[in-house]
Amino acid sequence: MSTQFSFHGGVHPPENKHRSTGLAIQTAPIPEQLVVPLSQHIGAPSEVVVSVGDYVLKGQVIAEAAGRISVNVHAPSSGQIVAIEKHEVPHISGMQAPCIIIKTDGKDEWIEHAGLDDYKAIPKQELIDFIRHHGISGMGGAGFPTDVKLHLGDDHIVNTLVLNAMECEPYITADDMLLREHSENVIKGIEVIAHLLQPSHVMIGIEDNKPQAIRALELAAKATNLNLDIVVVPTVYPSGGEKQLIKLLTGVEVPSGRIPADVGIVCQNVGTAAAIYDAVFDGVPLISRIVTLTGEALARPHNMRALIGTPLETLLNTAGVNQSILYRLVVGGPMMGFTVDSQAIPMIKTTNCVIAATYNEMPPAPPANPCIRCGMCEQVCPAELLPQQLHWFAKGKEFEKAKHHNLFDCIECGACSYVCPSNIPLVQYYRFAKAEIRAEEAEQRKSDHARIRFEARQARLEQEKADKEARRKQRAADAAKAQAVKKDKDEAKAAVSASTSAEPDLKALKTAAAVARTKLKKAQKALQNAEEKGLDGQEKLRVTVTELEAKAQAAQEAFDQPQTNKTDTPSLDIKQLKTNAAVARTKLKQAEKALAKAEESGEGDLIELRSKLDAQKVKTEAAQAAFDQAESGGEISDAIPQAKLDEMKADAESAFAKVEKARSALEAVIESGSPAAEKMKAGVEKLQAKYSALKAEYEKALAGNSAAESKSSLSPAEIDALKQDVEALKAKVDKAQAALEAAIASDSPAVEKMKAGVEKLKSKYQAAKSEYDSAVPVPVPVPVPVPVPVPVGVSHHGVDLDDLKSDMDAMLTKVSKAKRALATAEASQSPAVEKMKAGVDKLQSKYDDLKSEYLNAGGKVAEPEVVDPKALKQDVSIMRTKLKKAQTLLDTAESDASLPENELDVLKTEVERLTQLHHEAKEKLDAHDKVLIDKAAAEGIDLKKLKIDAAMARAAVTKAERAATKAREAQTEDLSDIEQELVIAQQKAEKINQTLSRFSD
Amino acid sequence: MALIRTSSPHLHKASSTSDVMRLVVLATLPGLAAMTFFFGWGTLINVIWACLLAVGFEASIVKLRKRPLGFYLKDYSALVTALLLGLALPPFAPWWITLVGVFVAIVIAKHLYGGLGQNPFNPAMVAYALLLVSFPLQMTTWNAPFVMINGGESWNVLGFSDTLLLIFGGIEPPLFDSLTSATPLDVMRHRGGLTTEEVWSAIPVLAEGIGAWHAVSAAYFMGGVFLIYRKVFTIHTPLAILATLAIISSLFYALDPYQYADPFFHLTTGATMLGAFFIATDPVTSATSNRGKIVFGIGIGVLIFVIRGWGGYPDAVAFAVLLMNLSAPFIDQYTQPRSYGHAKANRGMKGGM
Repeated sequence: MSTQFSFHGGVHPPENKHRSTGLAIQTAPIPEQLVVPLSQHIGAPSEVVVSVGDYVLKGQVIAEAAGRISVNVHAPSSGQIVAIEKHEVPHISGMQAPCIIIKTDGKDEWIEHAGLDDYKAIPKQELIDFIRHHGISGMGGAGFPTDVKLHLGDDHIVNTLVLNAMECEPYITADDMLLREHSENVIKGIEVIAHLLQPSHVMIGIEDNKPQAIRALELAAKATNLNLDIVVVPTVYPSGGEKQLIKLLTGVEVPSGRIPADVGIVCQNVGTAAAIYDAVFDGVPLISRIVTLTGEALARPHNMRALIGTPLETLLNTAGVNQSILYRLVVGGPMMGFTVDSQAIPMIKTTNCVIAATYNEMPPAPPANPCIRCGMCEQVCPAELLPQQLHWFAKGKEFEKAKHHNLFDCIECGACSYVCPSNIPLVQYYRFAKAEIRAEEAEQRKSDHARIRFEARQARLEQEKADKEARRKQRAADAAKAQAVKKDKDEAKAAVSASTSAEPDLKALKTAAAVARTKLKKAQKALQNAEEKGLDGQEKLRVTVTELEAKAQAAQEAFDQPQTNKTDTPSLDIKQLKTNAAVARTKLKQAEKALAKAEESGEGDLIELRSKLDAQKVKTEAAQAAFDQAESGGEISDAIPQAKLDEMKADAESAFAKVEKARSALEAVIESGSPAAEKMKAGVEKLQAKYSALKAEYEKALAGNSAAESKSSLSPAEIDALKQDVEALKAKVDKAQAALEAAIASDSPAVEKMKAGVEKLKSKYQAAKSEYDSAVPVPVPVPVPVPVPVPVGVSHHGVDLDDLKSDMDAMLTKVSKAKRALATAEASQSPAVEKMKAGVDKLQSKYDDLKSEYLNAGGKVAEPEVVDPKALKQDVSIMRTKLKKAQTLLDTAESDASLPENELDVLKTEVERLTQLHHEAKEKLDAHDKVLIDKAAAEGIDLKKLKIDAAMARAAVTKAERAATKAREAQTEDLSDIEQELVIAQQKAEKINQTLSRFSD
Repeated sequence: MALIRTSSPHLHKASSTSDVMRLVVLATLPGLAAMTFFFGWGTLINVIWACLLAVGFEASIVKLRKRPLGFYLKDYSALVTALLLGLALPPFAPWWITLVGVFVAIVIAKHLYGGLGQNPFNPAMVAYALLLVSFPLQMTTWNAPFVMINGGESWNVLGFSDTLLLIFGGIEPPLFDSLTSATPLDVMRHRGGLTTEEVWSAIPVLAEGIGAWHAVSAAYFMGGVFLIYRKVFTIHTPLAILATLAIISSLFYALDPYQYADPFFHLTTGATMLGAFFIATDPVTSATSNRGKIVFGIGIGVLIFVIRGWGGYPDAVAFAVLLMNLSAPFIDQYTQPRSYGHAKANRGMKGGM
C-alpha cells in the first residue's frame, strides 16, 4: 500500500546508508568503564539509588524515575560503582551532567529477571508500570518516556497508532537493520502498545529505500491479528519527523502547539516497540541499543548492539576508526545530529548513530553570502514557513515579526540550511531567535510577577496604615467611653465594687473577639488567594472561613452583650454605628477596587460591579450619616455638614486615586511605547482636573467651616487633614521623583515633562507644608482651658514621638526602596546610578537624623512626670470639639437668615448644653487630676513603676504585632508561634492596664 | 586531529549563489545568440562592454566599502545585472549609454542600498528606466533585423568592426539610417488611424521582420524554462505575468480586434519574455512567498498591458517591474503561506514598524 498524501517541501541529501548495512548487527564489546548518565530522556533526571563502591548486577536499577516524566536507569553490565560525578554527556551544548560510572567486571552477570507470562492478563496500569520500571524511553531521538505516551489512551481517543520506521536521516541504518533481523519482536512490541492504546488502525511508515526491512516486516506482520498496514513512502527528508509522518500517512495535520494524541494519533518508534518487546517478554530493561557506526573515517562501518554508557571511543575502535582522518564526530544523523569533541562521551538510550566523518565528507560550511531571498528554503520547508523571512527577522532581532511568521513551528530539520545557496546557517538563526524570545518571555513573566507583588504590597501597606489609624481612633473612643462609664459610676457612687469584677471579663472578651477577627481575616485572605490562583483546597478554606466567621460573630456578640449590660445604650450605639460605617467604607473601597480591576482587565460583569458599587456607596453614606448623627448627640443639623464634608473628601480621594492609577497606567504605556499614550495623557489630565476641582471644593468647604468657627482658626481635625494632605503630597512628590529617575534610567523621552511635573508637585508640597506648619502652632495654645499643664505637655510630647516614629519608619521604607532601586539600576548599568547613589545617601542621612531625634525624644518617655489623665483629657477635648462644632453651626445658622427661628433656638440650647457638659468634663478632669496627684504622692513609686510596666508591655505588643506582620508577609513557618506570642503579649498588657486602672481609680 | 564543533545540519547541497548566477548567465545565451543573429553584433558588444564595466564598478565599490573583493566578485551578481542591461539596451546604443546604465545599476541601485540582497529595486531596470527617461532618442533607436535589409537574402548585418566603431566612435556611418527601424511595439502604438489588420500588412517591420522578435522571444522562453527546470526560480512569477498579459490582451482583442493587438503579439514582442523570465524573477526584489510571487506577477502583467496600451513609452516591462518592486514588501505581508498545523495563514505584520 502506498500513500496518497504528502507533506510540503523536503530535500534529498545523499543517503550514504548502504555503507553500514553490509554487516549484520554485531555485539559491541563490554568496555572497562561504563558511564551512565542520569538524564538520557526528556524530563526530570533520575535519582541515584546506589552509592560508590556498590557492586551492581546487569539490569539492576541504579537510578529511579523522579516524577511523572522520568524513567529508571539500569546497570548495563555487572561491576562496581567507582564514581557518581559529572561527566561529559552527549548533548548539543557539550555540557557535563551527573553520571554513574561503573567499572565492569567482565562477567556480565544478570540480576534475576523475567518477562510477563501473559501481559494481557494483568491490568493495563500494571503493564505500563512494568514498562516504566524497565526504563524505556523513545528510541527515535527525543527520548520521551514511553509510559507517558502509553497513558494517552486514558484521556484521548486514540484511533491510529503510527509506528515510525522511516529513518529519513542519511547515514543511519539502525532501524533498518533492526527490522531486517528482528521484525517479529517489533511486531510483538507493537501488539503490546496496541493492547494498551486500543487503536482501530495501526500503520507502520517506512521509506522505500529499505526494501529488505519492508520484506521482513511484511513477513512478520502476517502473524498478527492487528489491523496493521505497512505504508511504504518515497524517500524524502524529513519524512520521519513526527508531524510530517502523520501528514504523510493519514493526511491529518497536528495543530500547532498540540500533540498528535489530540487528533487521535499516537506515534512510536519501531526501536521503542522492540525495547518494549524485550521488557515485556524477556524482562530485559533498556540497557543496550542498536547504534550505527558509520562515516568515512571508519574501516568497518556497521551496526552494533552496544551497552548504554559505552564510551564512543570503544565503539569507534571496534569499527576501526582512523583517528588521523577523523575530522568531525556527529552523534545522530547529519541533518539534526550534533557534534561532540570528545570520544570519552558515552552513548545513551537515544544514540542511534555515530558518524565519524572526514574533512572531505563534511567540510566546514563556506562563509555565508548575503541572502538573496531566492526562496529555495521556502520550497523545502516541511513546516511551510518562510525561512528567508525568518532569517531576516532573526538577524534584525525583530522577534515579534518572527513569532508572527510562526517561528515556533520550525522543527529545526535543517532542510533550509541544506539547500541555501548562500550557505547561511539558517537553523542557528532560528535557534538564536527562539532562545531570545524564550528569555524575553521569561523576563516578562518575572517582571509581571514582581509588579503584581509590588502592587499587592503597596495595597497591603496602605491597608495596614488605614487599619492602624482606625485602631487608634477606636482606642481613643474606647478610652473615652470607659472614662464615661467610670464617670457614671462616680456620679452614682453606688455599687462601685461590683463593676470592677466585670471589667476584666469584658476585656478578655474583647481580646478574644479581636483574635477571632484577625484569624477570620487571615483565612479570608488565604481563601481569596487560593481562588485567584485556582489552588486546591478552596473548599476546605471556605469551610474554615465560614467557621471562623461564626466564631468571630460569637466572640463579638459575647463581647457586645456584657457591654450592653454595663454601658449606656447611646454610646454603644455610636460604637456599633461607627464600626458599621467603617465596615461599609471598607466594603465600598473593596467594591471600587474590584470595579477598577475589572475595568482595567475588561473582564467580568462591569455593570453588575458598578451597581454593587453604587449600592455600597449608598449604604456607606447611610452608615456614615447614622454614625455622625449619633455621635453629635442626635443632632441632625450638626451631622449633615460633616457628612457632606466627608463625602466630598471621599469623592476627592477617590478622584485622586483614579488620577494616580491613570498616571501609573500612562507611565506604563509610555514605557512600552504604545500609541495610546497621547490619548491616555489627555485622560489623565482630565482626571487631574476633576480631582483638582473636587479638592478645591472640599477645601473651600473646609475653609468655610473653619472660617465660621468662632475661636481657634483651625481645629485639630483640620490640622490632621492638612497634615494628611501634606503627607499625601510628599508621597506624590516621592513617587514622581522615583518615576522620574526610572524614566531617566530608561532614557524615556518624557523625562523633561516629568521633571516639570515633579517640580510642580514639589512646589505644591512646599505650599501645603508651610500651610500645615503655620497651622500647627495653633493647637499648642488651644489647650488653654486644660487646667494642668503637665499632662498636656506629656500628651503633646507623646504625639510628637508617634509622629517621629512614623516619620522614621517612612524614611526607613524610603531608604530601603531607594536602595533597591539603586541595586536594580546598578544591575542594568543605568547612567543614573551616580545620581541615585547620592539620593540614597541623602535619604540615609535623613533617616539617621530622624532616628537620633526619635531616640532623644524616646529618652524622655521614661521620665517620672508621666501621669495618665488621658481619658479625662480626651473627654474634655471631645467636649470641646463638639462644642465648637455646635458653635460653628450656630454661627452659620445665625448668619443664614433662611433658617427658621425654632431651629436656631434648638441650636442655641444645644450649644448651651454642650458648654455645660464641657465645663463639667473640665471640672472632672481637674478633680481627677488632683486625686491622681494625691494618689501619686501616696503610692508614687508603685504607680510610676506600673506605668512604666504598662508602657513596656504596650511596646512588647507593638513589637509582636510587627513581627507577626513581617512573618505574615514573608509567610514564614513560625507564623503561628509569633501570633501566639502576640496574644500573650496582648494579655499581659491588658493585665497591667487593669491593675493600673484600678490604681488610678 | 581536534574534532570541530558545529551546528546542524552537517551536510550542504553543493550549490551556491554563484552557481545560481552562472545558471542565469547560461540561460541567457540562447537569447543573446538570437539577438546577435537577427540584430547584429551590437548586442554582443554591449553585453561584453557592460560586463567589463560592471566588474570594474563592483570591484571599486566593494573596495570602497572595505569588503573582501574576491568574495563579492565571485558571486557573479554584477555580471548578471550587466548582462540583463546589455540585453535590454538597443544594439547600437553608444558606449556611454551603457556606461551610465551600468554605473547607475551597480553603484546607485545596488551598493548604495547595501549591496547584494538589500536593494529594493531591480538594478538593471532602474538603470534602464533612467536611461529611457534621460536619453529617449538613443534608447528608442532600434536597428532592423537582417531579414529586412537587402531583402533578407543573406546574413548581411553590419560587420563586427563597423559595429564596434559605431558604438565607440560615435560617428554615424552612412549606413546607419538604413540599418535602423521602429520596433513592432512602436509601430503598433504610433499607427495613426490604421486598424490592427492594416498595420500588420502595411508596416514592413510587422509584415517582414516580426519573425526576428518571435525568435528572440522563443530563445528567452527556452532559457527561462531551463532555469525553472534547474529550480533556480519557481514557475509562479513568469506564469502569472504571461497568463495575466495573455488574458487581458485576449479580453481587449476580443472586444475590439481592430484597435488592440492580439495576445500572441503582446507575448512575443518587446521585452515580455526577457522580463517575465529574467527580470521579474530577480528574487531580491520580488515578493518572496509562492503566493506573493503570483500576486507580484499578476501586477506586472496588468501594468505591462496598461503602460503599453495607454502609457507614453513603447515598452513597459521596466516600469511595471519597478512599480511591483515597490509593492513587494507589502505583498509579502499579506501572502504568508499557511504553516503546518495552522488553520489559516497569518496576515499583515505584527510588531515593529
